Amino acid sequence: MSDEYLLKLRGIEKSFPGVKALKNVDFTLRKGEIHALMGENGAGKSTLIKILTGVYPKDDGEISIEGKSVSIHSPKDAQENGISTVYQEITLCPNLTVAENMFIGRKKEKWVNHKSYEKKADEQLKSLGIPVKGSKQLGKCSLAVQQMVAIARAVDMNCKVLILDEPTSSLDDKEVKMLFDLMIDLKAKGVGIIFVTHFLEQVYEVSDRITVLRNGELVGEYLTRDLPQVMLVSKMMGKELNELDTFEESKVHESVDSEVFYESKNLCSDETNPFSFSIRKGEVNGFTGLLGSGRSEIVRAIFGADKVTKGKVFINGKEVKINRPIDAMKNGIGYLAEDRKRDGIIAELSVRENIILALQVMNGFFKPISRSESEAFADEYIKALNIKTASSETPVGSLSGGNQQKVILARWLLTHPDYLILDEPTRGIDVGTKLEIQKLILKLAKEGVSVTFISSEVEEMLRTCSRLIVMRDRHIVGELKGKDLNQTKVMKTIAKGGEK
Amino acid sequence: MQNALSKRKEPLTDTQLLMTITICIFAVMYILAMIILQGGFLHAQQIFDLLNDNASLIIVSCGLTIVMIGGGIDISVGAVTSLVAMSCILYLNKGGNVLVAVLMAVGIGIAFGSVQGFLISYLKIQPFIVTLAGMFFARGMTTILSVNPVKVDNSKFEALRNVKIKIPFLGYVAKNGNLVPAKMELGVVIALLCIILVFILLMYNRLGRNFYAMGGNEQSALMLGINVNKTRLFSYIISGLLSGISGFVLMMHTGAGNATNALGMEMNAIASSIIGGTLLTGGVGNIIGTFFGTVTLSTIKKIVVSSGLKDPWWQSITTGGMLCFFILLQSIVLSRRQKN
Amino acid sequence: MKGKSNRISRNGLGQLTIPVIALTLLVIFNLIRDPGFFSIGITHNNYGNAVLSGNFISIINGASELAILAIGMTLVTAATKGQDISVGAAAAIAGSVFVKVLKAFSSISVGTVIFAFICSCIVAMLFGAFNGTLVSVFKIQPMIATLILYTCGRSIAYWINGGATPTVSSPVISAIGSFAPGIPIPMPVIIVIIVTAIFYLIFHFTSLELLTQAVGINQSAARLNGINTTFIKLLSFVLLGFCVSVSGCIGVSRLGLINHETLLLDVEMDAILAVAIGGNSLGGGKFKISGSILGAYVIQMLTITLYAMKVSSTDVKAYKAVVIVALVVIGSPVVKEHCRKLFQRTKTQSKGGECECRTL
Repeated sequence: MSDEYLLKLRGIEKSFPGVKALKNVDFTLRKGEIHALMGENGAGKSTLIKILTGVYPKDDGEISIEGKSVSIHSPKDAQENGISTVYQEITLCPNLTVAENMFIGRKKEKWVNHKSYEKKADEQLKSLGIPVKGSKQLGKCSLAVQQMVAIARAVDMNCKVLILDEPTSSLDDKEVKMLFDLMIDLKAKGVGIIFVTHFLEQVYEVSDRITVLRNGELVGEYLTRDLPQVMLVSKMMGKELNELDTFEESKVHESVDSEVFYESKNLCSDETNPFSFSIRKGEVNGFTGLLGSGRSEIVRAIFGADKVTKGKVFINGKEVKINRPIDAMKNGIGYLAEDRKRDGIIAELSVRENIILALQVMNGFFKPISRSESEAFADEYIKALNIKTASSETPVGSLSGGNQQKVILARWLLTHPDYLILDEPTRGIDVGTKLEIQKLILKLAKEGVSVTFISSEVEEMLRTCSRLIVMRDRHIVGELKGKDLNQTKVMKTIAKGGEK
Repeated sequence: MQNALSKRKEPLTDTQLLMTITICIFAVMYILAMIILQGGFLHAQQIFDLLNDNASLIIVSCGLTIVMIGGGIDISVGAVTSLVAMSCILYLNKGGNVLVAVLMAVGIGIAFGSVQGFLISYLKIQPFIVTLAGMFFARGMTTILSVNPVKVDNSKFEALRNVKIKIPFLGYVAKNGNLVPAKMELGVVIALLCIILVFILLMYNRLGRNFYAMGGNEQSALMLGINVNKTRLFSYIISGLLSGISGFVLMMHTGAGNATNALGMEMNAIASSIIGGTLLTGGVGNIIGTFFGTVTLSTIKKIVVSSGLKDPWWQSITTGGMLCFFILLQSIVLSRRQKN
Repeated sequence: MKGKSNRISRNGLGQLTIPVIALTLLVIFNLIRDPGFFSIGITHNNYGNAVLSGNFISIINGASELAILAIGMTLVTAATKGQDISVGAAAAIAGSVFVKVLKAFSSISVGTVIFAFICSCIVAMLFGAFNGTLVSVFKIQPMIATLILYTCGRSIAYWINGGATPTVSSPVISAIGSFAPGIPIPMPVIIVIIVTAIFYLIFHFTSLELLTQAVGINQSAARLNGINTTFIKLLSFVLLGFCVSVSGCIGVSRLGLINHETLLLDVEMDAILAVAIGGNSLGGGKFKISGSILGAYVIQMLTITLYAMKVSSTDVKAYKAVVIVALVVIGSPVVKEHCRKLFQRTKTQSKGGECECRTL
């Protein structure tokens, strides 16, 4: 790590209609360092990055690279100034080959020589240890590989500044390790890396320095080794950690002995292997396992979101057929999907319409909920869940991630489900809202609602669930409850499941 | 050897698969026509006739394929073709120069393409509405120029028009014993040239690849550093340019300007592109496929006529049926592949 | 993904601004040109009925088919993110069935007309269901799917007519096409009101509006909320089929004959245009039926204005195109944004100027 400044942002200002997104923010990146940019949702991280990459124009402020002031108006400008970005969502073209994706938009030549592109790509991919051929169509590769290709592209451009925006959220542990090796490798070559993530452990694993933003303002810049995790969280949230502590006490680890609400026998969908599963009334359970272990697919099968091929389902001991989401809903099951943007919100509809949607569907086509009734419902839940929105008529797409998630939660709570499935309800939302959601889950359980809670952060699940089902390679490999509920046991079960 | 093997293992892309299906169906259809209907289908001239009649459609389809690969749509192409033909003829009939007429054709086409492209890419107006307005404008202008059909009256142009490329070895011996060589119009040469140029553009040119990137995922293309607005503008300019050329070719073929010229051509061009494996969603398409799409479409019509279904409605009903068949086939093939 | 931001901004409260402004400008323009343009007179038609006449009446009368089609087109656009380009051809088929059934009876009464209408409705809705199946089950883009019927629809009509242009003459038919005895308002206008009322009732007594918008905006999420997306899309095409049959029958009744080639020619383009002018995004999602209906009247008003200015019917298209481009450019989100910025700048500048004055 050297002290040579690579990138300097001074007094960056940005406002959107009605919101001041960034207020006089400074940011400094040195040569050969991994700099974590931290903050809750809406803190202004992504706005800052989008200004740096030329997606948004800045209102005021100065950007300089290696002492020279630069102006960035488009992603192309950013690229030419040596700033490369790898986004959480893959921003490559699925219909082109891997090689073309690595070279398009940056070569000046008028003509494209596919053979030489593929050869160059193969060399670069091989040196980075990415297992894919340059001639393969990108859309046919796995998400992780696509992400790797995006990084390979950035590396190949000899970028000075590499921005990684939530790069690890769709990678499994092995791939994360691979990515970190790559990052350290690049760091040694003098590249400055800006690393944005929600995973605190990862920050402490690789980063040298941390800059914290809150509500569009700079909180401060710290050396990672000088800033304990607890301090980081409190700086991000802007409050003391009492709340966290009180939550720890309310752990519920005692198992529930009420009657079984839902039971499936050898259920099987297009995406899963046959599995049997049951949940009791008022129980909170969780599915855990590595990404791709099939935990989401299991709950999708329970809800009928994927095509169910065989198996039996019992609700309160009576056999029922659940082939489509509507069947599940009629049997009192609610499902908050993993991908909020794709499967959750209806972005342009108002908060009110989003909240009543599921209830409306259950009521049936010919029984519309009247305007006044729906307004009452919306106001009730906006208050109950503390949803921050200008009004119930605001399009839900304009809310922050956490509040969008609350709207979807409200949608399902309104249907008064007996069994609520929450797949990654806390992903990509700020710590405060995460706690609120976990508390809500426990409250629901007390009221007798069965809840399945899935999260990629095992700690969260350990705090809320009384039973954890461990998955590996699309099979259930173990079930943990009571005093077995701890991180080591979970890891061991996952590993042991592999030995079988 | 091993290299060749690994190459073969790489599966066909969606475009290639759809195109292959089209070519196979075309071949089967044509061979069946040769066996069952015989007559004209046994002579090579039949193929040349197909090309002679459809040269301008082929050119227009090339432009449309480019726009569709870029994720847009241009329904003004037929109307622009007709406007170009009409204005060139009126100019030639006043004793104009043929070369100037060519420049005029190209100019009108590019003008339409640039204005439409500007409105679509820089003002972000929906392409369907913009090119619909373009279509209305061009059709209206054509009738303002002349409501009645105009015959071309320019000796130099007539000379050019009568140039026919004779290919003796593909000819046939007529009943009286004379050899009738296969004849090809100049327009066909232009059309084939357009196909080759567009093929090279789409496969090996930076701009051409940018069309694919833009159609595949616009947001990504932007992030990859492609100037999406400019790329889109160019796709419409090329389409306009090709419509202009097509207008000139149409005029060479018919020798007359008529307000109803090229009526419904845009839909035929869209149909050809789709049959050839271009998807309206963008990012997927192939110019060779488009060419076969055009000839398949016109062969169907020819087969209907030759097989004795003389009632006027049969042609479009079978065309519709065939279109339905192709579209369903594509849908099924693509969804199957996605599952695998 | 494409045009998402523009969809959000276009669906604010001001969705109806553009069509209302366009309509107002056209009215003012016409009044300046000819103050008596919109005067309504009373004349007596062939049957001796006292009926209203004048440009205003002919505008709202002439736009009837378009307004009805625009309603259905709005629904299809919202649910499927695409447009049906086969409505003109389908209307020709519906009209042919209407005439064919009427011809089967020796005398035409109100009952037989209703029966024939129901028959044509069924046929048009079946064709709608055909398009809808291609779109919803086979996941084909609407424009491509409806290209099939667009290509062969008029030929099917020709085939139903047996290669002729049969005529029907009956007081009932001419009453539908022009004026019913005792009612001074043209019958097509009344039919528009009835159809609008039907759709209002559908929206009021079903959750169609919410479900259609949900499917149009985010199909995947809609499905996971238990909405049968296939059904909603299919339904939108079937409802459009109903609209097609109504406007086909009006078209036939106006002339008393069915001409497969000219009946509602190019109406699909006008219908899509009406949807767009009404401020609805052609990319689906949120919609306002009232906007589309207004859009239809804007188009008709424009056409009649041009006719009144002695523009020949074939040339009208060129002038129409210019106005359309002007309208969509004004409605373009980019232009709006620019205007907003320009407005703000002049505002701050004038404020700054004031301050300077004061200090001086």
